[in-house]
Amino acid sequence: MKLQRNARLALYAVLEFAQQPDRQLATASIAQTYDVSAHHLAKVLARLAQHGIVESVRGASGGYRFSGNAKRLTLLDVVALFQDDVAPGPQHEPGDATAAGHALAAVLSEIEHIERATLSSITVATMLKLIERAQRRPRPPPRTARR
Amino acid sequence: MTKSSESTADSALLIRKAAPRDLPQIVAIDALVTGIEKREYWREMLRRFARRDSRRQFLVAAGSAGVAGFAIGEVRDWEFGAPPCGWVFAIDVHPQLRLHGVGTRLLQAICDGFARAGVTRVRTLLDRDDPLVLSFFRSQGMMAAPLIPLEMELPAAAAEARRR
Repeated sequence: MKLQRNARLALYAVLEFAQQPDRQLATASIAQTYDVSAHHLAKVLARLAQHGIVESVRGASGGYRFSGNAKRLTLLDVVALFQDDVAPGPQHEPGDATAAGHALAAVLSEIEHIERATLSSITVATMLKLIERAQRRPRPPPRTARR
Repeated sequence: MTKSSESTADSALLIRKAAPRDLPQIVAIDALVTGIEKREYWREMLRRFARRDSRRQFLVAAGSAGVAGFAIGEVRDWEFGAPPCGWVFAIDVHPQLRLHGVGTRLLQAICDGFARAGVTRVRTLLDRDDPLVLSFFRSQGMMAAPLIPLEMELPAAAAEARRR
């Protein structure tokens, strides 16, 4: 599974909100932090709000704030709202019915199960601890593009 | 439960070495969690881990109402080719006493014991289909180890199991 753009954006947004659960944050400020369009982020936030993970705050300084349970909400819960390849499902590819296809499916299924177990075991609260740890660590120098 | 009563429940517990008198409650907690009563297994674990050995730990979290949870750990040298490392083999908390920091205190005590024994790393092995326990260890800061557990069914054993 490759984390799709909206799922990644949703995770960033959820983590931003969960870091300051008592504060409302404007869409534009999160969009700026992660260098994405506010319009695109607004669609992602609307979906998160639909599922009770964030709630919109009306008024002049409106925005959203976190309304989920950081100790219960997992990365998988968020990702699953934006992509449907998180559950091992009946995706048919050419060659599936052959012996080689069965053997390959068994190997790929191992990978899917590990991915799923990882995403479903990491809660937002755990991610906040990992972020804190990353903030304390010295940052590596920025990577330069290869030519 | 309110915050203040949570911390009361938490601080009232004592983390100590398991003793033979704890066996019935250890068996009961494990049976509640796993659905299988394994009295002989836990008796043997108590016998093996309650010895005077700084590298082996069988700890219980006990309060006025008895045992709330337990944890087992051991320092193993060159297990799977790895330098000496602390392994957590079991950790269980009574289902009604979860989310009160009992597991965290047990794991911390086990890790303190490992540190005293001179190791700098702790590992465990978990069922990937048990998100509750996985989440607990993740919340304590544990990340995936550079090990991959593998298994296979032995043809003879499989045939025997099918015959039964």
